[in-house]
Amino acid sequence: MRVFVEGVGLLGPGLRGWEAARRVLTGEEPFRSASTIIAASELLPPAERRRTPVPVKLALAVGQEAFQNAGRDAASTATVFTSSSGEGETLHQMCETLASEEREVSPTRFHNSVHNAAAGYWSIATRSREASTSLCAYDASFGAGLIEAMTQVVSWRKPVALIAYDQPYPEPLHSARPLLASFGAALVLTPEATGRTSATFDLEFLQGEEKPARMSDSALEELRLGIPAARALPLFEALARKTQGDVVLDFLTETRLRVSVSPC
Amino acid sequence: MRDALREKRSGLTPCDFETARIDTYVGTVPALDDFRVRPDLFDYDCRNNRLAQLCLEQDGFAERVAAARDRHGAARIGFYLGTSTSGLHATELAYRRRDPKTGALPADYRYAETQNAYSLGEFVRRYLGLTGPGFVVSSACSSTAKAFGNAARMIAAGICDAAVVGGADSLCLMTLYGFHSLGLTSRGPCRPFDANRDGISIGEGAGFALIEKADRARAGAVLLLGVGESSDAYHMSTPHPEGLGAKIAMQQALESAGLRPADIDYINLHGTATKTNDASEDKAVFEIFGPETPCSSTKGATGHLLGAAGITEAIVSILAIEDGLMPGSANTRSVDPAIRSNYLLENRQGKVTRVLTNSFGFGGSNCSLVLGVAQ
Repeated sequence: MRVFVEGVGLLGPGLRGWEAARRVLTGEEPFRSASTIIAASELLPPAERRRTPVPVKLALAVGQEAFQNAGRDAASTATVFTSSSGEGETLHQMCETLASEEREVSPTRFHNSVHNAAAGYWSIATRSREASTSLCAYDASFGAGLIEAMTQVVSWRKPVALIAYDQPYPEPLHSARPLLASFGAALVLTPEATGRTSATFDLEFLQGEEKPARMSDSALEELRLGIPAARALPLFEALARKTQGDVVLDFLTETRLRVSVSPC
Repeated sequence: MRDALREKRSGLTPCDFETARIDTYVGTVPALDDFRVRPDLFDYDCRNNRLAQLCLEQDGFAERVAAARDRHGAARIGFYLGTSTSGLHATELAYRRRDPKTGALPADYRYAETQNAYSLGEFVRRYLGLTGPGFVVSSACSSTAKAFGNAARMIAAGICDAAVVGGADSLCLMTLYGFHSLGLTSRGPCRPFDANRDGISIGEGAGFALIEKADRARAGAVLLLGVGESSDAYHMSTPHPEGLGAKIAMQQALESAGLRPADIDYINLHGTATKTNDASEDKAVFEIFGPETPCSSTKGATGHLLGAAGITEAIVSILAIEDGLMPGSANTRSVDPAIRSNYLLENRQGKVTRVLTNSFGFGGSNCSLVLGVAQ
């Protein structure tokens, strides 16, 4: 299964967009951890901008960067959203309200609570009526999104964007499911090479416990292990370094994904 | 289910779920209260996974998957499952037992095995002993319809030879109070397409199907002929008034099946019984199919099973084909005069070879499936 990488977006702690992240991942600049900066998306009308939860802003920001990088119109491109954590802040607020006497939940908060909130806002913001899905596979969520996005590209012979994102939960959920930081990773994938193609991916599903690729920088390795969306880091490192080779990604228990990356 | 459809029976009852105090009707599975999941999977015990296991134990389904596992190997069977709220009710209960001093959740709260959307996926994967690739789709009320698309693509791409699709959604306070806050819960049993419809009846339910390559199909088997997926790009919780996204999904499903509208014998509608859904879905259906094609919603019988609506209505569609039964709409008394499609109040017998079924969700997530008998 082969796809072409046309656009890349990355947002994480100390990784302010793909250009900055690329310099860190190639080793040109050292990794300095700092809070993830998530800009409100100008794609949304101001009223909606205020109401959108942080995970949605994160997904919109990183997705938008990948499309800008690809020079492609988001309105005519299918999307695969994947997140382990979904809408944590909204979940917390709803559960607090439901545990109280009043139980007066906010209708806006309720529709913001769905796992596909980011996909819904994306569709409204970009005016895309293309197919869109929202996946979860706990720590394997990035792998799930990648395998689905690549399968869509191959089945439909159309470009597809993959948008992976995770936002830490507030307490008390954070103690039950600690996530290190906000992190988003996005790719625009196409069935054929285009003027902006930077690499090809060939994907293989593996059984067994083959060692996944690790980050040589220990702080980046901590991110990889501490945020499901950051399991993407070794793949993005290969893209940044323009190196040819296999990247083995964590997937479900006793399974892995092997991605053969060839720079173009 | 077969008998219930034939008898036009509704399972909706006044809401007495847990501590919910909402004047509405729901579809409950009372057996879940005392049910426990398989002991080796006890960490996953929550209402949603109980519902999933109870369903996997029906109709010899787990045995059929075991036979497929022997045939293909566990690693060649994928799982593409859907849920909207997963084990959220476990979190709702845990929030009532927070430490009064620290606010911490109780020590026995298990996030990964209950609350996370993937909880259902890992539970079913382990229950059935599958090691192929899979994940959970959580796109609100289109989730388990879209899972058919995932499975079909994975099989076509050679990632797996067979797949378990379906999922579960169980009652919780969030959906009851949430839909109530939107003014979308009906006071009585929901009445899809009725002139006096006043909202949804939330139900809980699960369904699973084992999908294999069509080249193995025996004559008479039901095939997944087409899938259409689209987005509304309109509003988070209100469907596009003209049913634009719905229309795109139905047209794509027909196109991918290589069929014309006239080839469809019956449409199982999303038909939630809200004013807006039924009006916009009718517009979309009428524009494509005109006034003849019989259609109905079965949510008057089942309630709106949210993330499980897609799989359960795909199963209704399969039963319609197998039994030649186009189910009439339970609880609907008189069809809204503004409706122009051929909406069935009473059961109709007849040859059914191809069915289209719709599932639409929050966020404007639409999916249509075309199912048909192998020629």
